[in-house]
Amino acid sequence: MTSKGWPAVRETFFSWEAFRTSFPEVLKGFWLDVKLFVIVEIGVLICGLAIALARLSAQPALAPLRILGALFVDVFRGVPTILVVYLVGFGVPALELSGLPTDPVVLGGIALLLSYSAYVAEVYRSGITSIHPSQLQGALAVGLTPNQATRHVILPQAVRRVVPPLLNDFISLQKDVALVSILGPLEAFRVAQIEASSNFNYTPLIAAAALYLMVTIPLARVLDRMERRRAAR
Amino acid sequence: MSPPVLEARGVTKAYGETDVLRGIDLEVRPHQAVALIGASGSGKSTLLRCMDLLEEIDDGDVLLDGEVITDPSVDPVSVRRRLAMVFQAFNLFPHLNVLENIVLGPVRAQGVARGEAEARARELLDRFGLAGREAVMPDRLSGGQQQRVAIIRALAAQPRALLLDEVTSALDPDLVGEVLGLLRELKESGMTMVIATHEMSFAREVADRVDFLHEGRIVESGPPERILAAPEHAETQRFLRRLLEGGRL
Repeated sequence: MTSKGWPAVRETFFSWEAFRTSFPEVLKGFWLDVKLFVIVEIGVLICGLAIALARLSAQPALAPLRILGALFVDVFRGVPTILVVYLVGFGVPALELSGLPTDPVVLGGIALLLSYSAYVAEVYRSGITSIHPSQLQGALAVGLTPNQATRHVILPQAVRRVVPPLLNDFISLQKDVALVSILGPLEAFRVAQIEASSNFNYTPLIAAAALYLMVTIPLARVLDRMERRRAAR
Repeated sequence: MSPPVLEARGVTKAYGETDVLRGIDLEVRPHQAVALIGASGSGKSTLLRCMDLLEEIDDGDVLLDGEVITDPSVDPVSVRRRLAMVFQAFNLFPHLNVLENIVLGPVRAQGVARGEAEARARELLDRFGLAGREAVMPDRLSGGQQQRVAIIRALAAQPRALLLDEVTSALDPDLVGEVLGLLRELKESGMTMVIATHEMSFAREVADRVDFLHEGRIVESGPPERILAAPEHAETQRFLRRLLEGGRL
């Protein structure tokens, strides 16, 4: 704060006046982020689990599913999320096929879903494989089918084990929702950008950052508390 | 004599290059308790797991009530619903409380109504000295209590026979007694049992027959008083001598 440029930075990044006038618009944009986050996260939890189960299926007949699952994870975990957003957001409408969505918010959401499902599938998978085989044996011995054993014995234990890494990915997704801005929807980051460039003042970006922190910091605290409780057990 | 509940005919099993079972023949008749003894790695556990279809056998047949259950057309799930197995490490479900552990099988696998399954579970807990522990999580119980819950869980399915895989080997010595006491009661009530065990005095007391396994074969079989006191086979003699020297007999 004693640096030579500080007065200029204070004026362009921390102008109270600019904050006050831009905040309502940025907040309105942020609601889109929150909505998108919640919907995509629910989709990710479901798709990720489905992919993990597909990859772990043991039946010979399901070999194609296993390969497909592995391929999906390799591709979408290996490509930068921003690139997936670009490719889906601009590529799908360019196909000009009827029935495919053209709404950039929907397309952006799909791109995030693809990317994060790949990560979350691996989190689930590590949780499931960490359950000792004796649990499966015990479940089969009481007469459960392999599917029932997964559903009632393996999964409940696996999910409990992976809640912290899942929450970590939650936080990450909450931030990456901003990537959808490159497709045009007026979410917080994009609104802040527009506000910033129209007034030559970057304070709206700080407003957007503050909004993200208001969600990610509480999530991080929840995560901390879970880790502590786990350590105490 | 009544036909056998469980029967093995020429059962073989290998893990890769290692032959674990090399032609096992065995019969267990109703209400009989058969003790499987032998050194670690002699094939006792594998034999039990093969009979509960938790492992596939390579050759031979296993029969349950005269039906060849190792036939590929037989659904292993339906077989496991008729048999019950108790493990050395209990294998209780740590995310479920005692009552839920016991009723999971009956409710999900056997289609018993939850209320009925719970009533029966409470009855069993009561009978075996665990009344009031319904809502406790397994990790809050002593090892002996956990194994008793595991045995009750196995009984809840009203199995044709109980397969017990060294159920006291993971317990502190002072907790072995309570589990053996429960098994003694089961024997008296007529439960058909196959017991892989290192507890020779227990085998002598409870078993109708002792089968000695050595390197995947039953090399000697007979009433406990004869096998344990006057074994004929050199390997049985060697095994029992080692136990004696180790103070385990």
